[in-house]
Amino acid sequence: MLEKSIFPLGDRACLVTFRPEISPAVQRKVSSLEKRLKEKGMAGIVETVPAYCSLAVYYDPLSLSYDEMLFLLEKILEDDEGVAPTEDDHVRVVEIPTLYGNDCGPDLIDVARHCGLTPEEVIERHRSRDYLVYFIGFTPGFPYLGGMDKRLKTPRLEDPRLNIPAGSVGIAGEQTGIYPVDSPGGWRIIGRTPVPLYQPVKNPPTLLEAGDYVRFVQVEREVYHRLEEEVRRGSWKPRVELRRRVEVETTLA
Amino acid sequence: MRSPLLRIVQGGLLTTVQDKGRYGYQRYGVPVSGAMDSWSLKVANILIGNGESCAGLEITVLGPRIEFCRDTFVSICGGDLSPLLDGEPMPMWQGLKVRRGQLLSFGGRVSGCRAYLAVAGGIDVPEVMGSRSTFLRGATGGFGGRALKDGDVLYGGETQAAARLLKLNPDFRPDLDRKEWELRVIMGPQDHYFTGEALEVFLSEHFTVSLNSDRMGIRLEGRVLEYKDGADILSEAVAFGSVQVPAHGRPIVLMAESQTTGGYAKIANVVTVDHSFAAQCMPGDKIRFSSVTLEFAHRLVHERETGLRRGLVIVDH
Repeated sequence: MLEKSIFPLGDRACLVTFRPEISPAVQRKVSSLEKRLKEKGMAGIVETVPAYCSLAVYYDPLSLSYDEMLFLLEKILEDDEGVAPTEDDHVRVVEIPTLYGNDCGPDLIDVARHCGLTPEEVIERHRSRDYLVYFIGFTPGFPYLGGMDKRLKTPRLEDPRLNIPAGSVGIAGEQTGIYPVDSPGGWRIIGRTPVPLYQPVKNPPTLLEAGDYVRFVQVEREVYHRLEEEVRRGSWKPRVELRRRVEVETTLA
Repeated sequence: MRSPLLRIVQGGLLTTVQDKGRYGYQRYGVPVSGAMDSWSLKVANILIGNGESCAGLEITVLGPRIEFCRDTFVSICGGDLSPLLDGEPMPMWQGLKVRRGQLLSFGGRVSGCRAYLAVAGGIDVPEVMGSRSTFLRGATGGFGGRALKDGDVLYGGETQAAARLLKLNPDFRPDLDRKEWELRVIMGPQDHYFTGEALEVFLSEHFTVSLNSDRMGIRLEGRVLEYKDGADILSEAVAFGSVQVPAHGRPIVLMAESQTTGGYAKIANVVTVDHSFAAQCMPGDKIRFSSVTLEFAHRLVHERETGLRRGLVIVDH
């Protein structure tokens, strides 16, 4: 398989794909291409959609030909070859205050039992590392997170729930994630956050973006309710730490 | 000044405010939404001198009853759902003047399944993420994020003078009176995931439009398309027209309100000019796919634009 390739996704988008793996290095390539493309500000490019190891580039065939776009993309990819993160390259680490267990995490005990851990150990392992947001997809604001402790691996529910409340933090296989809006689903729910991941009237409309890191911070019920109240009043502000990318990625490795 | 434009006497089966779509937010997981048959909405806007990004109504199969609250100009394009103005047949694909108090209703489906009503100045609902289209599952945009109901009142911008009204010459209108549709596709990106037999089946046999089809996607029934190894890919972006095949082997053509990314292989993508046809198929209709090149698909896009310019004629009012 080639390291990267470009092919049509229908007649108004193309897909640039990199090495087919889920890794911070590949995510960085996707992000870098997206950023460089945006800087060029090419007329006729409508939008870009990053995923694990690909970037979709949507264009208007009435104002930009496929060949012109291909030329531009190949140029950027060539220039970008082998670019490593610099010392002053920073990433956002966004805190997700989470109330684990009980009514907010009805599956915590089952997950603990499945993994041969105590519920406290599950929480400890879940909150003690930062997770890379590979991309946002599936529903508005839903972060595809990487890097969960493999000891927490638990299969989905056999019988999905009809409604999982917004803010629920769950585990499915080797993945962990947060439901931005009420939706049906089969993830094992271990906790809940009061902070909004999707607000259609805000710009950007989502708390998280591809390339961010997420840190789950365990909170008690009183703090949960206070934050919930702040969100309702509109006074809540996300807690975001800027960290040097090299440090974050070293910790992960 | 904002003044009431339309009063929805009866909502109909599924009537929503739509424009050409919400672009730039798929990277946040927000579907494009917008008109399923955006070509018909675009033509409807042009016929009364509206800008192409004006919002109109998408009307599905069983139309609403709508009272005009002021004199204005309108046009209806797309599927023929038998529009009636005060009970009299109303011409489609043509701009016309309507008076305050007149009643628009629909007599029943003749062809296609979605009609588009454009009104001079466009439907004025708040823009959400740069668009007035309704994202139903997300309860976002449009009129309160939902389909229109009896008693809703819609506002419009200032009615433009509509210097001239246009109509689209019948020869240039899409033929929507069909039960069998051919959708042209560009193969890939994951056609190599399928067996040779599956590829042959995909490009030769008929598929039937399932009742489960909606603004998210057209679900198809027919011979199962078999994978060589498995259906799963690392999730990546999908587009309007992507033909995604989940593990059960029955294709889904993703449409206006499709999710932004997907983890199933895509065997092909329907070309832009045929999105309108996909949007107009009824459950039970038959679909056949045929493969074209990217260059050909782009030529079709350009030809449709030139065809539209040649097909427009001025009507008196």
